[in-house]
Amino acid sequence: MTSTPPPPRPSTWVPATVVDAWMEAPGSRTLLLEVPDMAPTLAGQHLDIRLTAPDGYTAQRSYSLSSPAGADRVQVTVDRMPDGEVSPYLVDGLEVGDQVEVKGPIGRWFLWQPEQTEPVQLIAGGSGVVPLMSMVRTRAAAGSSAPLRMLYSVRTPGGRFYTEELAGLTAADPAFDLQYVYTRKVPEGWPHQAGRLTGALLMEFAIPAADRPTVYVCGPTAFVETVADALVQQGHEPARIRTERFGPSG
Amino acid sequence: MGIFSPGFTGRRRGGDVELPPGQYLETGFPVLSAGPTQYVDKRNWKLSLTTESGDTRSWDWQGMLDLGPEEIRTDLHCVTAWSKLGTTWRGVPFERFLEGVDTSADYFMAGCYGGYTTNLPLQEILGRSWIAFEFEGKDLEPNHGGPARLLVPHLYLWKSAKWVNSITLMQQDAPGFWEQNGYNMHGDPWREERYW
Repeated sequence: MTSTPPPPRPSTWVPATVVDAWMEAPGSRTLLLEVPDMAPTLAGQHLDIRLTAPDGYTAQRSYSLSSPAGADRVQVTVDRMPDGEVSPYLVDGLEVGDQVEVKGPIGRWFLWQPEQTEPVQLIAGGSGVVPLMSMVRTRAAAGSSAPLRMLYSVRTPGGRFYTEELAGLTAADPAFDLQYVYTRKVPEGWPHQAGRLTGALLMEFAIPAADRPTVYVCGPTAFVETVADALVQQGHEPARIRTERFGPSG
Repeated sequence: MGIFSPGFTGRRRGGDVELPPGQYLETGFPVLSAGPTQYVDKRNWKLSLTTESGDTRSWDWQGMLDLGPEEIRTDLHCVTAWSKLGTTWRGVPFERFLEGVDTSADYFMAGCYGGYTTNLPLQEILGRSWIAFEFEGKDLEPNHGGPARLLVPHLYLWKSAKWVNSITLMQQDAPGFWEQNGYNMHGDPWREERYW
């Protein structure tokens, strides 16, 4: 893994303006940001967002982008963390027209790019769906027909993000299959009981290891650990499993 | 600065503690890795060191312990902006692996079970880096890099490679895994060297 050093790319704080915002689910808000001075984004990257108090105190956190690669206006979806410092302000305080500072886009590993033609398995736990949605949107915009499956574990039907858009995308695209797993409460008439995503469910719904998919897993640490361990046990090559773990930040 | 957030005061969980710029105080121990956790049995564990001229030596678990571990008390700083203060580790000082090694290398690449790599400046880390195998009095858990990880706490934590199994000395610097994927070649939290 040795090669010439990467070209220096100064990443500096630049202003971002909130041009729209809406609640995606209870406690989770999507911000649409205009960032004129930022390089084009890739699917799966994140931004750092920095807030500054009137006395100069600053706090920053990382947020995955949900907007498609290269979007003129970028999107993040933020969960309000109960004991959080930055997220309560982004969810409850920030108003359309306000500015924050952002740095990015950051990250070149947890990426999906349209030139990838292999089958892709996305596995989301809760708000871990955010960077995976960027991949789904990028794929739709590029007209890619590579097989895509998404397993989306969420507590309740009301906690889902991007529900209507995902329904539309799966209806329009025979190569895109979406399966929800509800951990607390299932919709009326749902054929499965509420419960966590298990190895057995992965076996049933995920693209089999024999098809050599690239697998992207994003969610809380315990979720990612469980899923990644099960995938390895089921024969998926560790090098084909890309993970992003959400630690307790806020 | 220049953009203020009306009504934002912050929680300032750091209190009076001085943290590197942009960091906040964390009391948990978040897990961040680029792929699945590696599960390595101590009985099969091996660490190798290769010099720039190709000479190689290696240690098994007992051989590593025989070098003489010590207790470490240190703060940790992750590039994702959390800092954790006053952690206790046990590990073997990195320089003990270099005793009797003939090298003029300025850098090394740490390699790991699972394929992760990270580049480090050799002279800079001597005396403040370890191969660590205990955290808070217990065996280091696999998801935190156990059975043994590199610990270089004065740099961001991605430099403290989990599941380390090779040290390759280099005359010139070269980027490791995250360094090829958007992160800084050096990674000093006090200079906020996070990204490219």
